Amino acid sequence: MMRPVFYVATFMAVMALAFWAYRENYATQRALREVNALQNQITSLREELSIQNAEWAYLNRPDRLRDLTALNYDRLGLLPLEPEQFGLVDQTAYPPSLMPLEMAAVTDAVNVSGTQESQP
Amino acid sequence: MTRTPLRPLARILSARERGENPDKIERENLRLRHEATRDKSRARAEVRLLFLGLAFFAAFTLIGVRMGMLAGSEPEEAQVRASGAPILAQRADITDRNGRVLATNLQTYALYAQPKDMVDPVRVAREVATIFPDMNAADLQRRLTDGRSFMWLRKVLSPEQMQQVHDIGDPGLLFGPREMRLYPNGNLAAHVLGGASFGAEGVQSAEVIGTAGIEKAMDARLRDPAQAGVPLALSIDLTVQATVEEVLATGMQMMNAKGAAAILMDVHTGEIISLASLPTFDPNDRPNDPITGDPGDSPLFNRAVQGVYELGSTFKIFAVAQAMELGLVNPSTMFDVTPPLRMGRFSINEFEGKNYGPLLSVADIIKKSSNVGTGKIALLIGGVRQKAFLTSLGLLDLSPVEVVEARAGKPLIPKKWPDIVTITAAYGQGISSSPMNLAAAYATVANGGTVVKPTLLHSETRQQGARVMSVATAKAAVDMLRLVVTDGTASLADVPGYLVAGKTGTADKPKKGGGYYEDKVVNTFASVFPANDPAYVLLVTLDEPVETSGDEPRRTAGWTSVPVAAEIIRRAAPLLGLRPQVEALPLDGLTAVSN
Repeated sequence: MMRPVFYVATFMAVMALAFWAYRENYATQRALREVNALQNQITSLREELSIQNAEWAYLNRPDRLRDLTALNYDRLGLLPLEPEQFGLVDQTAYPPSLMPLEMAAVTDAVNVSGTQESQP
Repeated sequence: MTRTPLRPLARILSARERGENPDKIERENLRLRHEATRDKSRARAEVRLLFLGLAFFAAFTLIGVRMGMLAGSEPEEAQVRASGAPILAQRADITDRNGRVLATNLQTYALYAQPKDMVDPVRVAREVATIFPDMNAADLQRRLTDGRSFMWLRKVLSPEQMQQVHDIGDPGLLFGPREMRLYPNGNLAAHVLGGASFGAEGVQSAEVIGTAGIEKAMDARLRDPAQAGVPLALSIDLTVQATVEEVLATGMQMMNAKGAAAILMDVHTGEIISLASLPTFDPNDRPNDPITGDPGDSPLFNRAVQGVYELGSTFKIFAVAQAMELGLVNPSTMFDVTPPLRMGRFSINEFEGKNYGPLLSVADIIKKSSNVGTGKIALLIGGVRQKAFLTSLGLLDLSPVEVVEARAGKPLIPKKWPDIVTITAAYGQGISSSPMNLAAAYATVANGGTVVKPTLLHSETRQQGARVMSVATAKAAVDMLRLVVTDGTASLADVPGYLVAGKTGTADKPKKGGGYYEDKVVNTFASVFPANDPAYVLLVTLDEPVETSGDEPRRTAGWTSVPVAAEIIRRAAPLLGLRPQVEALPLDGLTAVSN
């Protein structure tokens, strides 16, 4: 009595597994094709990136930048870095908005010079 | 299946009637039954064996066929994997210390021809020759029609040229992918990088091999597939290098020199921040090695490592430092420096017949650059100890720096070391070394007395070299070098804020046949800055300079190399992040204020 049921069940299971394997097979092949395409895309993007990097380096080469600063001196006013341009932190001015209110009332200001250490 | 009874009643009854033993019948039937069972199971076993044999056969056949297929098929890159560094480039990039690109690869194509597939070789020859003006149409046509089946036409193509070749539209013209080495900064740091070219060439790829400079010296590292994605970081700083080259080129022009070299080196790590040699070349289009003429005049010649010169008075500090280290003298020991110093048939004089005598302290000997005084100090040391000391500073050996040209710059040292060599070597004559060796030796003095190996590779760690002099000696030596700048021969090097210390050297160029030229000199200025805590060594060498602003031409280092070095320090030191050390300003115009 049980035997035919068992046979039918086995047959159904085999068919189901075969169907599953068939689908998995095609899904795998599709995934592989996708990976392949992505791999190719990555390679071409990397190639493009290396070209962009080379171009970036080429456009930023020092002698070109030097020529450009010379050409655009009127607008940018860039000059080579010089030792005199180093300053102390306390030589930089505070932004006006941060100025305390009572400071604004100072009159008769005079110029002073000298480093901080030498001030009395 | 009907089962035969073991004791069939009919046969038993008839047997009993005949007086036979009916058990025989039972045994007989039992035997027959056993035989039948045995035959059946044997047949079944045979079928099983056959089936098993077939299964094994099929399995082994499958394995065998699969192995054969694997062995016979082209290897294929595995497509399925979690992640993995794909092969990026066959040669690693080179960057400066801050990661800015100095050398990289570019995808391009090579052009080749298969004349057998060509439709119209005559037209192809004509049109290819118009695209590439250096090709000759008639010559190309002859080669395309002489029956050969393969021929290279161009090693690399620009995209425009490739499109033009496509437009010819002949099936016999084919492209092979190539990786090309590109130096985006042109001739900047050309002598460091050297150059690269194609090695073995195939249709699908060609190997790129280094032909000079660090490209050749580090070829194995750059081609290592495991490290192809990791750029090789050099110690060079692109910005400083550009500044040094710019200032040096201007200086070389102003001083009418035919060549110049500059080395800027970190005294603690031995890193070479900048290495320049002029005239220079473009590594993208590296000229061929010169066949005629003096190789030293070629732009390919790296004066900083290949140029072996008598470096002159820059050597004096080594004799003095060694004498102080041995306890023979101290900076205020007095020497009689009345010229000439006689040694056998030689007599040693001062520069331009000057007389610094009668008495001069050791510090003043360095300050005034007295040959006689240095010679006397060297005689106190003795030749054996002097040679050992110069060797320990690396001045008598090939420079270990990672450019292939360094192997060509072998110092010229006399075979024997009599007293006269001891004297002349002390002031840098009769013994030749490369500027790179001199810079490394100055770095040893500047960093407190430990040997540093110059290197072009970026490293953050201080070198732990062998100690050749005590910290106190090295400090005293740097102080003397500072005196040379403040009140000696290198006064033009006093850059405000950077406390430059250094020593000038002017050496006559030796003639090919022996003797020295009257009016051809090599001027060197070896400097250390800042003197209170030395961080960098800068060495500037000018080949055959002459300064013509005065009434008569001046050829001493103090007038040529020193101002160039000073300008380099003034421009490069801020880029290196060195703050000028400000002496306290005079307080003028100070008024009491109160708030």
